[in-house]
Amino acid sequence: MINAKPTLRSTLHALLYLAPLLLITATFTIWPVINSFLMSCYTKYNYFTDHVGALGGADFVYLWHDPDFHLAVRNTLILVGGVVPLTVLLALGAALLLNRINWLAGFFQALYFLPFVTSTVALALVWNWIFHRDNGLLNLLLSWLGIAPIDWLNDPRYSLLALIIVCIWRGLGFSVILFLAGLNNIDQRYYQAASIDGASSGQILRQITLPLLTPTTVLITINAIIANFKVFDQVYALFHGSAGPANADLTMMYYLYQKFYIEHQYPVAAASGVILFGLIVSLTALSFWYFHRRSLRLGGGR
Amino acid sequence: MKQFVKNGISYLLLTLGALMLILPFIWMLVTSVQTPAAALAVPPVWLPRSLQWTNYIQAWHAAPFTRYLLNSVLVTGTTTIGQLVTSILAAFAFTHLQFYGRRILFALLISTMMVPGELLLIPNFVTLAHLHWLDTYAALIIPWLTSVFAMFALRQAFAAQPRTRYYAACIDGASNWQYLWQILVPANRTTIAAVAILQTIGAWNAFMWPLIVTNSELLWTLPVGLTAFTSDAGTNYPLLMAATVLVILPLLLVYLLLQKYIITGITKAKLSAGAGRQTPTTSTIKRENII
Repeated sequence: MINAKPTLRSTLHALLYLAPLLLITATFTIWPVINSFLMSCYTKYNYFTDHVGALGGADFVYLWHDPDFHLAVRNTLILVGGVVPLTVLLALGAALLLNRINWLAGFFQALYFLPFVTSTVALALVWNWIFHRDNGLLNLLLSWLGIAPIDWLNDPRYSLLALIIVCIWRGLGFSVILFLAGLNNIDQRYYQAASIDGASSGQILRQITLPLLTPTTVLITINAIIANFKVFDQVYALFHGSAGPANADLTMMYYLYQKFYIEHQYPVAAASGVILFGLIVSLTALSFWYFHRRSLRLGGGR
Repeated sequence: MKQFVKNGISYLLLTLGALMLILPFIWMLVTSVQTPAAALAVPPVWLPRSLQWTNYIQAWHAAPFTRYLLNSVLVTGTTTIGQLVTSILAAFAFTHLQFYGRRILFALLISTMMVPGELLLIPNFVTLAHLHWLDTYAALIIPWLTSVFAMFALRQAFAAQPRTRYYAACIDGASNWQYLWQILVPANRTTIAAVAILQTIGAWNAFMWPLIVTNSELLWTLPVGLTAFTSDAGTNYPLLMAATVLVILPLLLVYLLLQKYIITGITKAKLSAGAGRQTPTTSTIKRENII
């Protein structure tokens, strides 16, 4: 029972405990990963007979020449580029404010987190109603500022902005909570030392809080990048099962869904999934590198 | 005095932010009790004169929402329990048992957390098609009966338990099985509960997978049923908003009751899962501080 070293017997015993997890993970996670890379190289694939014509790069060539795919990549990059920096900045601001106060802090936290626990689809439907041209809440609020009604969901110039608003709104609370946890992890002695040295609150923020918060910022940024690269539910519900006016809200995930579920072009869909995966991995690596370099620079400047 | 003004500004900004975030919820509630005519009135009516509570009853009966609700409860319940059981067993093996290839296997499983679930969508769909499981409860439940994330979070908790207690139990003649379920699981109930809540939220709100693997209305979960209902509701926004309220209500109640607990649980689980990825930058900061 208490083994210092594994034996054949103890391995068999452990396998009994591991079997359920391994069986399901192998079937529905590990094998599909391999399979989707293989599938992206299938040509002349017949789904009904599972017949593969040959292996090759034809699906990637197809994507290279498909204007819809270009549009999907462009839209997704705009979406990520619009949502992630704003989410991180707004969440950081809210977390810093929440960290200052005691009274009602828990109440505010609960409110900020609310969008994250409720169904994306349900709330995208509410947003669909808020964006309504004639009777929507948003145009009403804008009319008080003297702005003429905008047809948020039918005008290709604004519909991607509408999606960006929904995505920021949904992800903000989660980032606020993570920032708060990061702020709580900072050793209070730094602040005591700084106040003894007579540092101003601006100096404390720039020299202590932000540098020490970097690991949390990296985590939140990466989380937001990954989440917003995979946006699908919001698009589906916001535009009632379409990709917006003139495909203005066609995200990469929605493209994958169209190719796969509507057009039954499995290999092409699998290839677009592989590219999506590659983009996520490289952007994650890039943000690691950026923060890493920046924290080194901050350290060297002292 | 200066402090007082500063605090006042903090509260003002936080209240503004909170209002922006909950405005859609308020708007949903306001619309849900209006008449269709009042909802489409210009300018909009903020305080409805007569509250149309019957909208809720009407919406619930306009589509088989009871069936959707039962499906959601069934799928969420079985997948959450399944995930907990399989993850607890595996986490125990990784922390308390010795076996060949333990490190390699653990590394392999952890690396699967990096893969976006959507990449698995197509091959899994094909697998289910070949098993003739499409459009059955099996398709909704079986692929989700385990979670590497849950296993990882539980492993972290189990690894932090005192070894001496395990040895003491073994000397007293307890089997591994008894030790796991009678001592280790009760001792880690807060972590297990946090993981359970996190998985419940995920399963309840899942959309793309149930949308793709089900065809018949009888198998739809609440989110899928709700999007289908939008085409029936048309421009009857009060009815649609009433249905939306009913769909998010169960989880909203759970959240409001366990709010404090959910937030700390999720933060802990997410931060511990993110800890591995954070290491490079954390070490840089430590180095800086030494300099």
